[in-house]
Amino acid sequence: MQNENGSPKKGLLSAQVDLSKYDNSYFRAATDEEKKQQDVMSESTTFFKDGMRRLRKNPLAMGSLVVLILILVIIIVAPMIVPYGYDQIITVDGVRDKSANNLGMMEYSPKEQQYMDETGEKLFPHLFGTDSLCRDYFIRVIYGTRVSLAVGLVASIMVLIIGLLYGAIAGYCGGKLDLVMMRIVDVIYSLPDMLMIILLSVVLNERLGKLIEGTILARLGTNMISIFVVFALLYWVGMARLVRGQVLTIKNSEYVLAARCIGTKGSKILSRHIIPNCLSVIIITTALQIPSAIFTESYLSFLGLGVAAPLTSLGSLANTARMGMQSYPSKLVIPAVMICLIVLAFNLLGDGLRDAFDSKLK
Amino acid sequence: MSEEKNILEVSHLKQYFPVQQGFHKIPLKAVDNISFTIKPGETLGLVGESGCGKTTVGRTLLRLYQPTAGRIVFDGEVLYDSEEKIDVDMLPYRKRMQMVFQDPYSSLNPRMTVEDIIGEPLDVHRLYSNREERRDKILELMEYVGLNAEHATRYAHEFSGGQRQRIGIARALAVNPQFIVCDEPVSALDVSIQAQVVNMFADLQKKFGMAYLFIAHDLLIVQHISDRIAVMYLGKIMEIAPSDELMDRPIHPYTLSLLSAVPIPDPKTARESKRIVLEGDVPSPLNMPSGCPFRTRCAYATEQCGQEMPPLNDRGDGHFVACWNR
Repeated sequence: MQNENGSPKKGLLSAQVDLSKYDNSYFRAATDEEKKQQDVMSESTTFFKDGMRRLRKNPLAMGSLVVLILILVIIIVAPMIVPYGYDQIITVDGVRDKSANNLGMMEYSPKEQQYMDETGEKLFPHLFGTDSLCRDYFIRVIYGTRVSLAVGLVASIMVLIIGLLYGAIAGYCGGKLDLVMMRIVDVIYSLPDMLMIILLSVVLNERLGKLIEGTILARLGTNMISIFVVFALLYWVGMARLVRGQVLTIKNSEYVLAARCIGTKGSKILSRHIIPNCLSVIIITTALQIPSAIFTESYLSFLGLGVAAPLTSLGSLANTARMGMQSYPSKLVIPAVMICLIVLAFNLLGDGLRDAFDSKLK
Repeated sequence: MSEEKNILEVSHLKQYFPVQQGFHKIPLKAVDNISFTIKPGETLGLVGESGCGKTTVGRTLLRLYQPTAGRIVFDGEVLYDSEEKIDVDMLPYRKRMQMVFQDPYSSLNPRMTVEDIIGEPLDVHRLYSNREERRDKILELMEYVGLNAEHATRYAHEFSGGQRQRIGIARALAVNPQFIVCDEPVSALDVSIQAQVVNMFADLQKKFGMAYLFIAHDLLIVQHISDRIAVMYLGKIMEIAPSDELMDRPIHPYTLSLLSAVPIPDPKTARESKRIVLEGDVPSPLNMPSGCPFRTRCAYATEQCGQEMPPLNDRGDGHFVACWNR
């Protein structure tokens, strides 16, 4: 069964190369460069870059992002261009123009028309017309959008901070502390939020009214502040539950065990290992929290619990326009469309973020 | 045997986990009354089937779990003693005993670069004076385990299983430990990589002289790397012996059946050898048989086995066996 040189004899049909015919001179060591060619590695990507690449491929999310940026640019730039104020009654040549109420889109009042004819000067058009108190409606919508977006963002950030801290601590510490903390969450969860807002705004109205007099906060009104307080008090519970769930799963992973084995402190494990790994879920939920906060603010304003006059929000604009719905439907449609646009864009962006960053959906 | 100082002495270690069953909490005896010692620079292999408590032993030694009872002595210092109520702060000892984990995919944080993963133990124990020294140390460690310097800025998910395990080993080596628990470090790797990694463990041991507790369920790999081997069954050690002695002259019936299940590469020898097939299943650790846990499946079981757990008896040459009948 063996050849003369000691190697086993080949089968008849074997395709194996007979190496005994070749000696060392046929072979040569691979150079370092050739070895490197075997070392195939893709370009280094971080988790974030990878997610952004996927997000960019999602037309709906990118469209929403463009819409949101457009809205943001408009609400920042428009008040600089438009010569009217949100609380300013239209004046012609220093005289109040009482005929300029409830103008339609792009219309001029008779007095303005007359002024333009006489002087030949062109006045800035009322893009969305005016309201019943002779104020430019376009600038009011812009300011309303500012307020609504600010409420959405501030409320979401408050929810994020409180929910993240609370949930992370409950999840990480576990045991009895977790039990107590989560029962508190359950209690808060069961409070009717509408009732709380109404009660708080009544109480805060009396307490805060004098306290904030003359500050920027006074312009927002106590109702607005009570909305923030309610958000801070009530709406973080959902976030806290979510973060706790995430922390519980990651806490038992082997890399956290490895960190404990190294001797990493608890707070360091939380900030370096656990939170970065549940960040994607947190970002997504925050993005989805913004439209819900805007929505809450809108319906509270619609019910008359929102910002104090003359400042306005999209919800209170819609509420005012409700009265003249049959004669001037555009006054209701404009803020309503604006709310829809913002909420839809944030929702679609949130969905896009989830698709791009949630590792479980890959 | 005990003339030389031991790096690790474990006696009567128990690790129970409470399990809720209806309204009662009953203990799951993952590790039940085990004792062993490890000398400096020695490798003790720990084998047994899945679920017999091997991993729990490793984790309890490093105090990732709070032991139920027993005594752990590391390098002459008592880390834990349930009777004398000694329970020291582990932080200074984390520098001296480390662990390599089983699954190279889940034991590395996906959000950290290799540099940060290996640098973490250096950060915790402040083993460098400036950033440059930290970087040099990390690159040195990467070289020990056969990784290129250019890999330092990459994330764990960009590596193959074998490379990931090397990162995990570098992390354990970073603090220059005297003792490493290797928790099935090669069982998640494919066979060609297993040999590389096991040989790397052996080379590193030659270089740095640390002791290993090498947990595995592949007997041939354990025999290759270990000086002594302990066989576990349902949370108890059945047999401890120097590795060649255990392979050539196994005594405990469970060890016999384990060895007969090792695949033999030569088909001719394989056909002639007899396979001992155990009957029945492993009993639930929640409802362990009285006395010796192996008696329900043992061909040699007698009445005595049901009454009392046999002690580990010295059979000469450092060969200890827990069996009444063999």
